[in-house]
Amino acid sequence: MYDVIIIGGGIVGCAAAYYLGQYDVKTVLLEKENDVADGTTKANSAIIHAGYDPQPDTLMAKYNVPGAALAKELCEKLDVPYWQCGALVAAFGEEEKPQIRRLYQRGQANGVPGLRILEKAELHQLEPNLAEAAVQALWVPTSAIVSPWEYALALAETAVRNGVVLNLNSEVTAITRQAAGFTVATTSHTVRGRYIINAAGVNADKVHELIGKKELTIQPVKGEYYLLDKSEGDRVAHTIFQCPTAAGKGVLVSPTVHGNLIVGPNAAQCGPDDTATTALGQDEVRSAALKSVPSINFRENIRNFAGVRARSDRGDFIVEESRSVPDFFNLAGIMSPGLSAAPALALAAVDWLKGKGLLKEKKQDYIDSRKRIRFKELSDEQKNQLIEQEPAYGRIICRCETIPEGEILAALHGVIPAVSIDAVKRRCNAGMGRCQGGFCGERVADLLMREHHLSGLEVLQDKAGSQILVAQPKGRR
Amino acid sequence: MNMTYDLIVIGAGPAGLAAAQAAWEAGLKHILIIERDKEAGGILNQCIHNGFGLHLFKQELTGPEFAGRFIDALKQTGVELMLDTMVLSVEADHCVHVVNSASGYQCLTGQTIILAMGCRERTRGAIAIPGTRPAGIYTAGAAQRYMNIDGYLVGSRVVILGSGDIGLIMARRMTLEGAKVLACVELMPYSGGLPRNIAQCLKDFDIPLYLSHTITDIKGDPRVTSCTVAQVDEHRRPIPGTEREFECDTILLSVGLIPENELSRQTGIVLDPRTKGPLVYENMETSIPGIFACGNVVHVHDLADNVAMEAAKAGRAAAQAVLNGPRSGEEVSVSTLPGVTYTVPQHLHLPVRDPLVEFSFRVNRNYGKSRILLKDESGQTLARYQRDFMVPGSMEKITVPQVLLEKRSGGLILSVEEGEAA
Repeated sequence: MYDVIIIGGGIVGCAAAYYLGQYDVKTVLLEKENDVADGTTKANSAIIHAGYDPQPDTLMAKYNVPGAALAKELCEKLDVPYWQCGALVAAFGEEEKPQIRRLYQRGQANGVPGLRILEKAELHQLEPNLAEAAVQALWVPTSAIVSPWEYALALAETAVRNGVVLNLNSEVTAITRQAAGFTVATTSHTVRGRYIINAAGVNADKVHELIGKKELTIQPVKGEYYLLDKSEGDRVAHTIFQCPTAAGKGVLVSPTVHGNLIVGPNAAQCGPDDTATTALGQDEVRSAALKSVPSINFRENIRNFAGVRARSDRGDFIVEESRSVPDFFNLAGIMSPGLSAAPALALAAVDWLKGKGLLKEKKQDYIDSRKRIRFKELSDEQKNQLIEQEPAYGRIICRCETIPEGEILAALHGVIPAVSIDAVKRRCNAGMGRCQGGFCGERVADLLMREHHLSGLEVLQDKAGSQILVAQPKGRR
Repeated sequence: MNMTYDLIVIGAGPAGLAAAQAAWEAGLKHILIIERDKEAGGILNQCIHNGFGLHLFKQELTGPEFAGRFIDALKQTGVELMLDTMVLSVEADHCVHVVNSASGYQCLTGQTIILAMGCRERTRGAIAIPGTRPAGIYTAGAAQRYMNIDGYLVGSRVVILGSGDIGLIMARRMTLEGAKVLACVELMPYSGGLPRNIAQCLKDFDIPLYLSHTITDIKGDPRVTSCTVAQVDEHRRPIPGTEREFECDTILLSVGLIPENELSRQTGIVLDPRTKGPLVYENMETSIPGIFACGNVVHVHDLADNVAMEAAKAGRAAAQAVLNGPRSGEEVSVSTLPGVTYTVPQHLHLPVRDPLVEFSFRVNRNYGKSRILLKDESGQTLARYQRDFMVPGSMEKITVPQVLLEKRSGGLILSVEEGEAA
């Protein structure tokens, strides 16, 4: 019998697991896929927003600023790539200037530090590739970029090291209530627990309705992206936004923590599992981006992808105990600024549990740090010392990103072991470069086979059912 | 650790092997080849079809056999081969930073360096095909490696995008192993592959070739279930209403090769945006004296035989540089007129050592009966050659006697003209 069952291994569920791991309670995190961070958390703009955008009287505003501050701390503690590059919200024409002023004022009201309005000359000096038509911008020094899947993984790994149980391949299929708590059936194990935290993303409404009345609805909204080669990585030095519209923050152009350029997203309603990119969506993103930064060279694109936002029918986050099911807490509708707000949202759930009389004592000695070896960042001597201890660090597998076998082995044998080619990629970046795994994919597959004792026909690209090889006509080697 | 070689060759594929052999035969004794894979041969190791060596050896060899000729010959020399080793960077002062499990991270110096890193395959992202991102989408070369080195079929019902040679070869390969290849889809109105491959890989197996078509959508998750193929107009844009659906579980992308010049770029070597490879002189020297380049890293070849011959030039030039000192001479540019996509070399040091100067180039569309013209900036024609036809998929070569270049005034201009001889 668990004290807390967290449903959903995205950034919010992983953040909740991280905090709960510090307390003397039994926690289980249920994730439907074969890895954490395999849904919206891996397919977004990767921005830690400063918090000027949400309306001041919303939950989005309430949780964005503290969440962003916690993100900075957590990324430092848990060795997650994070860079406070700053952002510019640009006005393209005189008629957009009032919007900049409004955002500035909103930012002040929400407690965002360091905001300034820049005029044309200063703006173009700061960002030379910005379109001529940009006449003014809101300068947001605390806006940052992050690796969102590594962020979720770091939180989840730390939680697991602190005793939180992680059940992967566990899609929730039924929830019933007994006197002592809940019984949650999944596609793997059935678990029982006293409290439930619903962080199920685009499926949060469905999960709630397994036991509760219909009190929240998620309308999924797809956003498409281009990810460009590192040769475009310094096209801009800051995250460039256009003025927001009713649909959202609009198409941004930003460097990524990995040195690439990311462009997107648009916004189009879709089904919860619809992550296909579309010709129209890609064109929309591309034209909007060129309006901000006309010199983007789209021939250097290396990948298109799409993520699905979990937009709630309330136009805001849903952070509350279920109105129909006591002891069931909803963290739902976590679309932008969800990644930014995640730790603060998790702490809201922690506070709720404290209010229920749980979480009295933190553990004596809980683990609160994490370090990952990144070979290409080491000095020459450090490289040599490492290779002497562990020769596998001397064999470079991913040439585009300079990732040695040692880092891949660490991914395959980590706290939450990688079980697919993409899971390896999310942990150590092998396959993330310009050849998109064309060279190293086969070598990563080989290591998966060797280390996890799989046959070639069992190797997965990513999710269950994504086997990459279908037959072995020549028989076994 | 700092070891100085006469020559360090980066890559033990057909270019690196041939370059090292030629450098040895020209008198260099301290040669090191660095190769990232566990054996030499490069991409040839997975090219188990024959057709290699027709020009060089007057035989039809498979890829591994062709590589084997050079590997065996090198065993009889003092050329060192460092396998399972990755080059991390090359400094302009000729320091090569390498790493491997056995010796860790080192700096090796070569008085001369030959870049022979080959190329990588263009990916789906580069052409932004919309749709899902399931298992079942591979570049043709990656699928070839799984098949020929590891023994696995990547799929059973296949659509191939791109009629370049790798796609054509894989169409036949997968068919022979029991897969059903439904179609080869080509964006251009003509194929980019060698005519003999169209015949032997598509026609012979009744695999339809759809020219002026492209894939506009991919469906299926977690595995490909179908793709949409549409006709394109003269601007390569899909024509609405021409879409057809192919039920398939596999898509192979054979949409181009890109010379792999990340190392060259970091070193500060000047690259030609048309070839995506280094600008080279007639002796394959790059913009940095003493650093040469050859093979697919300079421009994408069709025939390994030509790669080996070009590499031998680089090997001999490296030997000349070590034994006789750097090249000097008048710098002469080689430019092109529309119709010619690029030339290699992009400039010359005249006078050259050889009595003959070779120019390799590609045309940008199909040409019928035509003339290749080498003129100078004043408009004077220095040399002309006839062709019955030229296609973008086949690299063209002209060999110009140096004496003809002596009367030039200004730089050289290569062009092509269609029609009967004037």
